[in-house]
Amino acid sequence: MPFVPHTEDDIREMLATLGAASIEALFDEIPAELRCGALDLPPALKEMEVARLMHARAGQNRPLLCFAGAGAYEHHIPAAVWAVVSRGEFYSAYTPYQAEASQGTLQVLYEYQSMMASLTAMDVSNASLYDGATSLAEAVLMAVRTNRKSHSRRILMPKTVHPFYRRVVETIVGSQALELIELPYDAKIGRIDPGSLELHSGTDIAALVIPQVNFFGILEAVDELTDWASANGAVAIALVNPIALALLKPPGEWGKSGADIACGEGQPLGIPLSGGGPYFGFLCCRKAHLHQLPGRLVGRTVDVDGKPGFTLTLQAREQHIRRGRATSNICTNQGLMVTAATIYMALLGPEGLRRVALQSHQNTLGLMSGLAAIDGVERVFSGPFFHEAVFRTRRPTQKVMDGLAERGILGGYELTREYPELGEAILVCVTETRTQEDIEAYVREVKSLVSHG
Amino acid sequence: MSRLPDDLKYAKTHEWAKPEEDGNVRVGISDYAQEQLGDVVYVELPDVGRRVKAGEACAVVESVKAASDIYSPVSGEIVEVNGALSDAPEAINQNAYAAWLFCVKADDLSELNTLLDAEAYKAGAETD
Amino acid sequence: MAEDVRADKMLIFDRSRRGRAAYAQLLPETGESPAIPDHLLRKTPPALPEVSELDAVRHYTRLSQQNYSIDTQFYPLGSCTMKYNPKVCHNLASLPGFLNIHPLGLERAGQGILACLYELQEILGEITGMAGVSLACAAGAQGEFAGVAMIRAYHRLRDDLARTEMLVPDAAHGTNPASASMGGFRVREVATDSDGNVDVAALEQAVGPQTAGIMLTNPSTLGVFDQHIQAIADIVHRAGGLLYYDGANLNAIAGKVRPGDMGFDVIHLNLHKTFSTPHGGGGPGAGPVGVNDKLLPFLPLPVVVKDGLRYRMLTETERPHSIGHLVTFAGNIGVLLRAYVYVRVLGYEGLKRVAEFSTLNANYLLKKLIEAGFEPAFSQRRAAHEFIITLKRLAKERHVTALDFAKRLLDYGVHAPTVYFPLLIPECLLIEPTETESKETLDAFAQAMAAILKEAETAPDRLKNAPHSLPVRRLDEVRAARQPDLAYKSE
Repeated sequence: MPFVPHTEDDIREMLATLGAASIEALFDEIPAELRCGALDLPPALKEMEVARLMHARAGQNRPLLCFAGAGAYEHHIPAAVWAVVSRGEFYSAYTPYQAEASQGTLQVLYEYQSMMASLTAMDVSNASLYDGATSLAEAVLMAVRTNRKSHSRRILMPKTVHPFYRRVVETIVGSQALELIELPYDAKIGRIDPGSLELHSGTDIAALVIPQVNFFGILEAVDELTDWASANGAVAIALVNPIALALLKPPGEWGKSGADIACGEGQPLGIPLSGGGPYFGFLCCRKAHLHQLPGRLVGRTVDVDGKPGFTLTLQAREQHIRRGRATSNICTNQGLMVTAATIYMALLGPEGLRRVALQSHQNTLGLMSGLAAIDGVERVFSGPFFHEAVFRTRRPTQKVMDGLAERGILGGYELTREYPELGEAILVCVTETRTQEDIEAYVREVKSLVSHG
Repeated sequence: MSRLPDDLKYAKTHEWAKPEEDGNVRVGISDYAQEQLGDVVYVELPDVGRRVKAGEACAVVESVKAASDIYSPVSGEIVEVNGALSDAPEAINQNAYAAWLFCVKADDLSELNTLLDAEAYKAGAETD
Repeated sequence: MAEDVRADKMLIFDRSRRGRAAYAQLLPETGESPAIPDHLLRKTPPALPEVSELDAVRHYTRLSQQNYSIDTQFYPLGSCTMKYNPKVCHNLASLPGFLNIHPLGLERAGQGILACLYELQEILGEITGMAGVSLACAAGAQGEFAGVAMIRAYHRLRDDLARTEMLVPDAAHGTNPASASMGGFRVREVATDSDGNVDVAALEQAVGPQTAGIMLTNPSTLGVFDQHIQAIADIVHRAGGLLYYDGANLNAIAGKVRPGDMGFDVIHLNLHKTFSTPHGGGGPGAGPVGVNDKLLPFLPLPVVVKDGLRYRMLTETERPHSIGHLVTFAGNIGVLLRAYVYVRVLGYEGLKRVAEFSTLNANYLLKKLIEAGFEPAFSQRRAAHEFIITLKRLAKERHVTALDFAKRLLDYGVHAPTVYFPLLIPECLLIEPTETESKETLDAFAQAMAAILKEAETAPDRLKNAPHSLPVRRLDEVRAARQPDLAYKSE
């Protein structure tokens, strides 16, 4: 009996203690008509058999050379990260509610919070949320809660925010009477059109979402946008990439007084692509908004002997106490992923992270310059980019992507569905994991695909 | 039992209310309430100028194990809040009747008649 | 005095030395400047630690040793189902062929993953008696939110906008009312009777045209099976509401009773509970949702379908009434793969044994604890897979609380049971042994509990000051909340 250790003797003794004739007798409070019979499930497999099955399934997945980003990024993950994270004491530990028995996890979370606060130049970070999109949804809800001057519940959501994030935010905040107002982008530069903000000046806006880097890979004018928010009584929510922050000015330093909230996807920090999850979202804010921050928080304190230690704190905000009036219904955080991210950041350090960011940026520059030299291919936006950019070809994007896939390359993300106005455009990403040969191969294949058409 | 000054009015939800000369009503939580909550760690107060209805939740008192909504006992406008509580929320534990939360300029002081006196509040709290 | 070099005495930042690095990870300096305007660049580096690889490995390995975990300790945490997390699930879900697939390449290059997800959908649907399943919720709380959102969407599509209230038993887990509120509903609590069942008379009073639905779990959070479930389902359905099942306690009935057969219209499951995926120190989990035919159109996306021999994901055009996407991509694939391996190893017989042996273990342990002098919350009821004992008499007589008890248990090498939940039972311990624990472990636990009970009567301070033998003693939580120190700041 897999995972169940009981012997026949055990069962006999236990039933005797209970005075029950059989295990079935223990279910006698359940009405007979509710009992289901045999279920139509695949037959049980031994470990050897399930291993064979899963190796076959893993083998069915084709390892394409990755040039896609759009919210999930392939970076090198040091071997030490998952070797340590996979230890049973991290892997099979529970949420650290009993602090004395969880100092390991709690200290990791405290160190994580410290690193994220510094990376974003904010005062406080929580111990993580589910992913980047849900952290944006929580940031939006938090902005409405904290912005006491605003009564409108109107949020400015630029079109340069990842479309998948926008739809998640719609799903999550939809039932809470919030209004998401789309902000258009400048089609030449590829970033938020500052003129479009003028339309809203002087009106009651609860929050402005500022992506850096935006979905197209382009850098936004974050100082101007943050200052506009501040001048307009709107909460500035920064949606950021953590690797980019090793190179770019962090949200806490944007504009005259910095953004109020920073959130984003933590997957680039040591989390494998894994088909799309589990990842983790981060959420950071200024000290003044601390009591509205959803999710778990770890605080450093002392024990009765004065020894330093860590504990979950400010839990009264959370679901298990506040119930219907909680800041959010969130229960788990992504503990294991955050442990990985913390070890990753410790191994990379400030300089290591900066070089990953810089190499990714330079690789993308190299790719884009190679592509722009192809007849029939053009760079779509003129704005500076980080490690993603958009190019357009004279062939339908599906043909280009299919062709690249046949040649073993995942070419990027087709923008034709969410941004049809851009024509046959593809969002491509190059990280530090791609070599010169990889980049040359991509350019070569695109050239060949574009010229035969 | 906990302290229960005779000259105050009490709500079933454990707030105390003290009418003042200028038609304002000062509000806090009872000694029993702070005992139940435990060490207070944070207080969220309404904005001055906000209008409240009797029975409307307008503040939160947070302890390590609970977060309690505080309901205004009367309708009116918040004219004063106790800012000292942001640095020293423990004042509520030390003296619940001195550590007032907010002050309401009441629309209709007769609303105070629906509140309980010390005896009635004590009887109600004991059955909780 | 020599510095204590043990890693557990310091933060990683304290180990930092300027210029130190994990050199095998450090890419070469190219000397080129980024093609980015200067005013958008970072001027001061982030305060990340500068340590060697060995420093980092040693530090985090030592930290792990300060944790209790299922791999090292018994964890009778009620409502959490802390069963063994099979290593085979971790190993196989971590095959490079699964880890290296980009989410946007799933249909093109991840057919193996989609096959596993599709089959998991089918298997979970069969286990729960539901017509359709979506795996795209990141955790139980998201599953709950999805369930609530689907109920809301259902009523709105029927133009029934009066349904603004969600019923929740007063014994419910906190996420239930929180999810209902997030879903835009007013929460109305329904009382529980002295047998631990929902008070049917109170329920009759509470339903009406404003009732959108009721959120329940069965067995309930009180560790007993609600025998009136069919009557409850009738009452709510007749009033026009829907029934939502919180799958947190599925371990008690897996393979024996199906929520669909009990009358539930929508359910969520906690894969990190019944389906053994790891808790990871607080996540990740997964909270798939299942629905009957009524709610199929509203399932969150994506849902995996089979087109001949290929697998693909349904789009918004095919499911225009879907409540939408709750996460960026397709869900916590890594967690889903672990659950898939688990159910493939179990099969139907294995699943049935989960319910049988978790119930046997719980009832046996309850009996042993009663024999040792503990007071059950529901002495007349069978335990499901978990049960409650109340320490209220002890608390009154000896001023020893359930929390003190729990802390003293830590000294015996057992993680404390769930304390103070459900809120209805004063000074309670909610105990769930799970099916993966042996009789010896249960006996040893009962003995430890008996010893602590004796101590409570003869030397209560040993409990009040517990734990004594862990890296730290009781922590000042008031200080942690009043003077929040949430991030390291270098001097």
